Amino acid sequence: MELIRLTPFSLALTAVLVLLLALLSYRLHLGVGRRLIIAALRSTVQLLLLGMVLTILFDQRNPWLIGLITLIMLSVASHEVTARQKHRYAGGWGYGIGAASMLLSSFSVTLLTLLVIIRVEPWYTPQYLIPLLGMLLGNTMSGVALSLDNLSRAAWGKKGEIEARLMLGAEFGEAIREIRRDALRSGLIPIINSMSVAGVVSLPGMMTGQILGGSPPFEAAKYQILILLLIAFGTGLGSIFAVYAGSARLFDERQRLRLDRLNSSAD
Amino acid sequence: MLRTIGLRPPTLPPIDLEVAPATILTLSGPSGIGKSLFLRAVVDLDPNEGEVSLGDRFRNKTAAPHWRRLVGYLPAESHWWRDRVRDHFICLEALPLTELGMPPESLDWSVSRLSSGERQRLALARLLAQTPQALLLDEPTANLDSDSTTRVEALVREYASSRGAPVIWVSHDGDQCRRIGDRHLLLGPDGLRERTWN
Repeated sequence: MELIRLTPFSLALTAVLVLLLALLSYRLHLGVGRRLIIAALRSTVQLLLLGMVLTILFDQRNPWLIGLITLIMLSVASHEVTARQKHRYAGGWGYGIGAASMLLSSFSVTLLTLLVIIRVEPWYTPQYLIPLLGMLLGNTMSGVALSLDNLSRAAWGKKGEIEARLMLGAEFGEAIREIRRDALRSGLIPIINSMSVAGVVSLPGMMTGQILGGSPPFEAAKYQILILLLIAFGTGLGSIFAVYAGSARLFDERQRLRLDRLNSSAD
Repeated sequence: MLRTIGLRPPTLPPIDLEVAPATILTLSGPSGIGKSLFLRAVVDLDPNEGEVSLGDRFRNKTAAPHWRRLVGYLPAESHWWRDRVRDHFICLEALPLTELGMPPESLDWSVSRLSSGERQRLALARLLAQTPQALLLDEPTANLDSDSTTRVEALVREYASSRGAPVIWVSHDGDQCRRIGDRHLLLGPDGLRERTWN
């Protein structure tokens, strides 16, 4: 099957649709028109740049350069995790916890996939490494950001309950157990939902892309299954680490609840 | 004997205080002066300087959860984290419910239906069930009618003398202080001083 190339005209036509939506938002006073256009522009520029960078990168065999790119991806993702927190950890801890959880989950899962599951030769072949890592980072980022946000919000809102348990002699882990569990659940629910409806309600983005790009549907399905399972594992691992590290940071060595380690609000 | 040694909660001068066993010390002072902050510092809930001892045990050398079980602190507002009252109790034996005017089946009530007075009395029962060796009570009768107030006062007095527990009781009510207290202190911006009635 031949790949039908998209012309600038076809992209421009879809851009007009988003402009129409922005116009509609303006008429309905939804107040999101501006943000919609900025986000659409951002995604256009970012993806075009990515396309160009990947074109150059895929010809690369220099592992150091590829390593540098992955680190840039990680730092942008960590920044995004911090940006999504209502109550941010003070002193760079939010960034640090986010980066550590994603490094632990996304990078190890990507490595495992390249070395053991797909067995790419050499393992750092950018055509496999970059898209896999990107997909994993993007999803673990959502999970980690959601879990951390829920954790710090709940700790902030339930100070009285946590301290009541501390006063009765509970260890900090016991005093925050339910909050930790709920935070973790909130981080995992999106991937559980998307696995449940994959192929029935929604046709996953990657599989759609592969099919449009000319791959046989069955091959695309196998890759999609692989990705979904990897994302589920990576998101779970990352969120668990983030929630445990994040909740430990909320208490000090005398097991006091230290909400002063969170900034009051970041809006 | 409960002693604070140069205990310095946030915004307060260092406080040295001794409460003998089986003694109820009443603590009063204007609102917002830091009575609750002082009690919170004793059980190490906020960063603070100084030391506290109970008998021959020192706070800073004791694991915080263990210390908080020895020195029972009842905050002015009680908090509940599960639906049923019963699920907040570690030990369900010998609870002083009837002494507090609460029926035994109140353990099966849902927390959301409790009145503020019922919450306050059940919170005291929850604390005493852990048999702390000292008590810090922050306005324990603020939401109670006179009958329940009498019950709480009698129960705490009985607990203090039967277990030899030192008690610090924060109260705004001068009559109550004279009724229950063995010693009376007033907390001001400069620290503690003895309170006397003529």
